[in-house]
Amino acid sequence: MSDTTNNGPVLAADGTPLKKSLRRALRMQKMRALALIAPLLIFVLVTFVAPIADMLFRSVENDIVSDTLPLTVEELAKWDPNSTEAPDEAVFKALAVDFKAAVAEKAHTRLGSRLNYEMTGLSSLFRKTGRKAKKFDLETGTDFKTQFEDIDKDWVDPEVWQTIHTYSPTLTSGYFLNAIDMQKSPDGPEMRPENQQIYLKLFWRTLVMSVMITCSCILLGYPVAWILANLPPRTANMLMILVLLPFWTSLLVRTSAWKVMLQQQGVINETLVWLGIVGTDDRLALINNQTGTIIAMTHILLPFMILPLYSVMATIPQTYLRAAKSMGATNWTAFWRVYFPQSVPGIGAGSILVFILAIGYYITPEIVGGTSGTFISNRIAYHISSSLNWGLGAALGAILLAAVMMLYYAYDKIVGIDNVKLGG
Amino acid sequence: MKLTKTLLASTALTVAAGMSFADGHMANEMTIVSWGGAYSASQQNAYHTPYSENTGTKIINDESSAEAVSKLRAMKEAGNVTWDVVDVVAADALRLCDEGLAMEIDADTMLADAPDGTKASEDFGDLLVGDCFIPQIVYSTTVGYRTDLVGDTAPTDICALFDTETYPGKRALEKRPINNMEWALLCDGVAKGEVYDVLETEEGQQKALDKLATIKDDVIWWSAGADTPQLLADGEVVMGSTYNGRLFALIEEQKQPVAMLWDAQVFDLDGWIIPAGLPDDRKARALDYIMFATDTQRLADQAKYISYGPARKSSAPLVGQHAELGIDMAPHMPTDPENAKNTFLYNYEFWADYRDDIDAKFQAWLVQ
Amino acid sequence: MSGTATNDGFVVFDRVQKSYDGENLVVKDLNLSIGKGEFLTMLGPSGSGKTTCLMMLAGFETATHGDILLDGKPINNISPHKRGIGMVFQNYALFPHMTIAENLSFPLEVRKMGKSEREERVQRALDLVQMGEFGGRRPAQLSGGQQQRVALTRALVFEPDLVLMDEPLGALDKQLRETMQFEIKRIADDLGITVVYVTHDQTEALTMSDRVAVFEDGRIQQLAPPDELYEAPQNSFVAQFIGENNTLEGVVKEIKDGVALVQLDDGSLIDAKPVNVDKAGDRTQVSIRPERVEFDMSRLNPGSHTLKAEVLEFIYMGDIFRTRLRVAGNDNFIVKTRNAPDQVRLKPGTTVEIGWQAEDCRALDA
Repeated sequence: MSDTTNNGPVLAADGTPLKKSLRRALRMQKMRALALIAPLLIFVLVTFVAPIADMLFRSVENDIVSDTLPLTVEELAKWDPNSTEAPDEAVFKALAVDFKAAVAEKAHTRLGSRLNYEMTGLSSLFRKTGRKAKKFDLETGTDFKTQFEDIDKDWVDPEVWQTIHTYSPTLTSGYFLNAIDMQKSPDGPEMRPENQQIYLKLFWRTLVMSVMITCSCILLGYPVAWILANLPPRTANMLMILVLLPFWTSLLVRTSAWKVMLQQQGVINETLVWLGIVGTDDRLALINNQTGTIIAMTHILLPFMILPLYSVMATIPQTYLRAAKSMGATNWTAFWRVYFPQSVPGIGAGSILVFILAIGYYITPEIVGGTSGTFISNRIAYHISSSLNWGLGAALGAILLAAVMMLYYAYDKIVGIDNVKLGG
Repeated sequence: MKLTKTLLASTALTVAAGMSFADGHMANEMTIVSWGGAYSASQQNAYHTPYSENTGTKIINDESSAEAVSKLRAMKEAGNVTWDVVDVVAADALRLCDEGLAMEIDADTMLADAPDGTKASEDFGDLLVGDCFIPQIVYSTTVGYRTDLVGDTAPTDICALFDTETYPGKRALEKRPINNMEWALLCDGVAKGEVYDVLETEEGQQKALDKLATIKDDVIWWSAGADTPQLLADGEVVMGSTYNGRLFALIEEQKQPVAMLWDAQVFDLDGWIIPAGLPDDRKARALDYIMFATDTQRLADQAKYISYGPARKSSAPLVGQHAELGIDMAPHMPTDPENAKNTFLYNYEFWADYRDDIDAKFQAWLVQ
Repeated sequence: MSGTATNDGFVVFDRVQKSYDGENLVVKDLNLSIGKGEFLTMLGPSGSGKTTCLMMLAGFETATHGDILLDGKPINNISPHKRGIGMVFQNYALFPHMTIAENLSFPLEVRKMGKSEREERVQRALDLVQMGEFGGRRPAQLSGGQQQRVALTRALVFEPDLVLMDEPLGALDKQLRETMQFEIKRIADDLGITVVYVTHDQTEALTMSDRVAVFEDGRIQQLAPPDELYEAPQNSFVAQFIGENNTLEGVVKEIKDGVALVQLDDGSLIDAKPVNVDKAGDRTQVSIRPERVEFDMSRLNPGSHTLKAEVLEFIYMGDIFRTRLRVAGNDNFIVKTRNAPDQVRLKPGTTVEIGWQAEDCRALDA
């Protein structure tokens, strides 16, 4: 053929380069495929990607200071934050202008709440000042510094101004620093005082306990999945309903059940005391601590372990075990050398599911975890719904997300993500 | 993932708002948010039902008060506030007001005068906390104990919480610094009038935590109002803090062997706010409802169904008997002079400022 | 109708019964003795009990009643891994997570064999089946035939005296299957091992076996070498199951000098060899192989009965001609003739005369 000797591009029948017409043909296919997945794609973008991006942005967003006090921020830039003196009159003049505008829009208390996360007392300072800001005479008034000082002497405290100065940029690393027990200071980031350090400890605890929950799910779920996989399909389906039963009971019902079972005057302790295994004065603490969280979460998440395990095990033919035994392997060797390695993808899938679900759980630890069994998500929930410090909550969430992705990456590197199977 | 759920929901709301056409509000409907359970039932009986009968307005109940602050913020960001009247505790009302999420209320023009003509502002008195809050009831956070587990000498004062010698056993305390820190200082010898001054300082906060540390191993920390009554009923704890209404139900309705302390109980308020930025027609309806539901008779009526004290002075003499039990409710009110001999007044301003700071320290202390 | 088991065989089934549900017997009173070095095939349709017998021998099923003896010792209560029986499974059962070499090494490993000896043996075994270079591959990277070879090798590598094979060639295409049949037979003969082979493919059974046990309904219908099975089926089931067969129904008129005179249902008379009919008046199915039918009457014994047949179809099949006839009301009477230069090609629609040697036509149970 002349094609093999021709150095130019291979041409299609109509003379266009073959690559180009191939691309065109494929593009049509791609477009059609894209049109098919478009609804899902848009749905995912709108309900998943966008909110996560929004969350990540909130963890660094800080335009409230410069939006509410634009003139002050501008003037304050000239001030040396390491000074032991409050800024000069120009800043206070700007502050008076800004405050009056902010009060008209009722924006000053919001800013107060925001800055109160960084320095206690600013919330009431702003609220108090706001009430009196109406009296500022911007046209003819003089010596605003004294006027502010009269309202509250905190206004001449350089620490207040350092806080405003530190948080005047529109983006801040403050939330992230806070989320790892650090804080901003005029000399750069530093660790928080010992008695306020909590998040690193909680992150670590969340990881450790999630691993423990995953392990206990494997230990309890593996035999169950084994039995299910080796039963005739009809019976297996019946029993599968029992496995899924926890999904159908409301959390409140389950919570009451755990309490009835696990508390010190509960069923388990009463039984143990009755059997004489434990004395009535040293009943086991099974709830309101880590034990409680692990028991309850294992119960909730067990189906997520059993289902992938089952679907992987169901595809492993019994003949492998028979073959191994025919070759002289004992039951245990046959299981451990032949069956178990083939069920590892199921363990992998189940573990990833359980671990990722566990790491983000907060309702159950809140109810049964006491103080030692709560997770980082409980603090996130607190900041989202109670303290309204969404920036900090977002930063904590972003770190957790990053941790999960890193673990996922590590899993991929060590075990290989192809080695995860959710079924046949 | 669960962790981002709340955030996702909030942003999803934004999107949903952009896409939805329906406002959700029919011509003569309003959504009232409250706490659910017996409390909502008392409001239904005392306020909603008569109001609907008078005006034909259909009232939709929403039981989201526990998350009211964050939900209102999310709604505002989404630009679609679907609530008309929201029942919140005073501290949350203050926060909502600061955030610009609740509308400001002028008591004298927007609320009903007392039957004798006393102005509303005077009738509510200093219970009008902040600019947006319309007080409804006074409740107390106090301590209940198992009469059968405390031995021969029943506790009489709040410091029994810290006296594990005389009253061994577990105690239930709320998993937050508020109230616990004050009680710790009171029982550590700080005078009642100086508690908040002491709590403002690092040393004072540490002092309170140190006092709490003496009973840390004996405490079950609760986060839902139903926890302590249940723990008391099960005999899991010997004593625990909770709301006086919950204890009333436990003692008088369920007849459990439980009694309550009326000592250093923390006075707190619960009431209404109206979300900021409602359209005019809905705002007018919300104000009309508030005018009706917080008048002297209506507040007194609510006390027939639940043992919380009416926030108006003029309502106190009108409090009658429990609607089902038939017992006089006045002696069970936190506002009853007999009960209010040694009360502790919650300092809203203080906690608005120090809540984040002390909470961080308190939670770090808990985790240690 | 197996011969009564003698207890001197290498493998002996002695009055073995098996039931799964306590109501129906899957294996009914099985007696079978297999000699050392013998290649015995259990042949039968699915559900005939052949696989159950194999599994009882391997130890994966327990006999409900009776004894199974291996080398003179009862093995009913010995667990499978101690029986030392090699086994090849239908779908090979190669461990997918191990390489070929690891698969082969497995039975040696569980026998605590040293590493160097293990490696040497594995390599030798791979070389034996011309797969020396494939040791490092995974089963999924091999073709069906290669996997088959590995599975066979794995069952042999620990040098068992007895190897069981459960339809090992079922998943292969026809050509490969034929090659493997010879290869298995060759290896089995070379090593002198005893093989019990289960299949539903009669060609496979006839090609490979020393003896074939035909299973049906939980019983052995006939146990015989392949040629005997084909040429002298003991009953109509075996006759029909093995090879192609024409059947005609009728009644025995008389039996004289080892020849039965049978009157077919349309009234015509034929000669047959009485196999399991013993007196005049018995109903019978006579069975005649398609290649034993004669068109040339001169080749028959004088006085033989013949039949008229109408030619319905003529099919040219290369080496043979296949002619379908209507004989005594049976429209499906097949005759096979060799494609020889002098062979007549019958035209459909014509009528011909057919006959056979009395000993080629067997009068069996009705």
